[in-house]
Amino acid sequence: MSIDPLRYICEDPLERKWAWISLILAFVMGGVLGFYALASNLHPPSNVETIDSSRLHLSEEFAEDNLGVKSNPDGSLTITMVAARYGFYPPRIEVPVDTPVTLRMASADVLHGVHVPGTNMTTMVVPGYISEVNTMFTRTGEFSLLCNEFCGLGHDHMWSRLVVVENSAGGQ
Amino acid sequence: MDDTKAAGLGLVNMWVGFIAFLAAAVMGLYQVLERSGLFPDLESPALYFASVSTHGVLMGFVLTTFLVVGFGYYTATTSLKQPLWNRRLAWFGFWLSITGVLLAAVPLLTGQASVLYTFYPPLKAHPAFYIGAALLVMGSWFWCLEMVMMMAVWKRAHPGETVPLAMFGTTANAIMWFITSLGVALEVVFQLIPWSLGLIETVDVGLARTLFSWTLHAIVYFWLFPAYIAMYTLLPKAAGGKLFSDQMGRVAFIMLLVFSIPIGFHHLYMDPFQAAGWKFLHMIGTFMVAVPTLITGFTIIASLEIAGRLRGGKGLLGWIAALPWSNPMVTAAGLGLLMLTMGGFGGMINASYSMNAMVHNTQWVTGHFHLIFAGTTVIMYFAIAYYLWPRMTGRRLYSNTLALTQLWLWFIGMLILTLPWHYLGIAGQPRRISSTPYDAALVQQWDASELAMIMGGFILLVSAVMLVFVLVRTQTNPQREPGMTVEYAEPLHPVLRIPRLLNGLAFWTALVVVYMIASYGYPILQFFLMETHGTTPWSI
Repeated sequence: MSIDPLRYICEDPLERKWAWISLILAFVMGGVLGFYALASNLHPPSNVETIDSSRLHLSEEFAEDNLGVKSNPDGSLTITMVAARYGFYPPRIEVPVDTPVTLRMASADVLHGVHVPGTNMTTMVVPGYISEVNTMFTRTGEFSLLCNEFCGLGHDHMWSRLVVVENSAGGQ
Repeated sequence: MDDTKAAGLGLVNMWVGFIAFLAAAVMGLYQVLERSGLFPDLESPALYFASVSTHGVLMGFVLTTFLVVGFGYYTATTSLKQPLWNRRLAWFGFWLSITGVLLAAVPLLTGQASVLYTFYPPLKAHPAFYIGAALLVMGSWFWCLEMVMMMAVWKRAHPGETVPLAMFGTTANAIMWFITSLGVALEVVFQLIPWSLGLIETVDVGLARTLFSWTLHAIVYFWLFPAYIAMYTLLPKAAGGKLFSDQMGRVAFIMLLVFSIPIGFHHLYMDPFQAAGWKFLHMIGTFMVAVPTLITGFTIIASLEIAGRLRGGKGLLGWIAALPWSNPMVTAAGLGLLMLTMGGFGGMINASYSMNAMVHNTQWVTGHFHLIFAGTTVIMYFAIAYYLWPRMTGRRLYSNTLALTQLWLWFIGMLILTLPWHYLGIAGQPRRISSTPYDAALVQQWDASELAMIMGGFILLVSAVMLVFVLVRTQTNPQREPGMTVEYAEPLHPVLRIPRLLNGLAFWTALVVVYMIASYGYPILQFFLMETHGTTPWSI
């Protein structure tokens, strides 16, 4: 039998066993999350893309007329939104159920966050950067889209509507 | 008062911490009342966010820094049995930190720094707030230097001997704190101060958040270290037993030093501007830093079992009943470990790369860190105070019964406060809100938990007042009890020969630097390589 490498730092066999269990636990946790990250492409929103937040209205993508839900050729949807004190624009978003959705959002002023309780849609919205979340809504109904990062004295009032409708309704 | 033991410095530092703690506990009760929405007359976002910012700074920066520093000085002199390396420098650091606190207090209390204790640029506070915070941190660097030098001087005078475990842990903490506080210092000195003074127009919020994350995780271990040091070196003797393993204590302290800093991106999982691969790398480190805590749990419980069996406890669990639960150190450690276990499970979820999305920035997170920091860490601060006050002042503890009651109330109050918060977070409630003007269907399911949190906040304030009362009455107690010394725990197996790597910190410090460059080098450099757009200041 090979020699336990932990023997050099720990004399008690029971404690060595526990140290091994702790190490294995850490690697199993990391391994499971790594497996899902690779197998199901499950990552936190980690888009690295800059934008000038003070000139959003002059950008092509985040100009007022271009905000909202758009269909892509592959059947997925892209939602383009702006977060600005104290609201999300456009204030009401309607998407079909079970359809891949990409949310792209930029801040026009300070730090914001988006969370839709009951779903896994969440991201920080950081001035100077474009946030991107890929998700799919699996339940129909009316959801709240809450700002979940302190953005000023009106922060509590910053929320809007997300409506998930039956697929046949068509989206828009 | 014996000055070679730095009792004066220890006491003054800890008093500053506990006064800040009491003030912050009062604010805590106001905050739960305001936030619940049940008292319309109290509703005021301006007051609420000023209060939350002050509560966070007082608890997270003032209580902790002064307590760690005070405990460190006293531990160093009593465990090494040698005087301070440089008394005047130690006092200079103290006054520098005090100046910083007073400077930051003015804008905080007048609502000109309601940017929360995490700063949150591009929200801009008064420059005095950032300058004050920087001075507070810089004052603590003198303590770091003092600890490193004291260990070095001792080692030179005692060649081949093993550094006492309490000092080994204290110095590891000092080195870790210096390295980890550099992140926030860089953010404040090079970004926020010149920006708030109008010397530069914009800050890169991505860079600022990345630098803050460098500090944000290890700072909680800076707070936690004294709790672990007390569990390893004071608790076993107080319980009437021995430390199960001195060596594993060293391994745990070294792992905390190495793994707690280069893993800050788990605070940025939901942020843009850092790519997924870096976040994954930091997640692996985050799970590794759970290992020293698991090892600590084992060693401490095993040490308690030794004590329980020496006191006649029999059977699988009989030793638990045999422990001296009338001793505040034993009670605090038992309750602290319970809260650490519950909070640790929650922490695993927060740390998980993908599961984090469900709880990010919800009230769950507030519940989590109150359970581990305000629960486990702070209850051990209380135990340290009850243990050290008679030793530092030479007077008898005013009332053991009051001390025990205070600890139990803190534990009960903390559970009543934080368990509903965990639920609220899963039910979608954001943290950092002063009211809940949302959809009725969403808000209704939060009501019962909000009532519970008010009760928790009330119990905690009662407990906080009791702590300060007992400490004041101890210090003014006419019953003197001179000659009490700090009794450090003896290990079960005497330390005869120890690997050199477990008796020094130079190698491990170098390893942290390499690990930091690997995990933070490019993520910081990228902001200078790509075209970024800074942000101008915004008022709250």
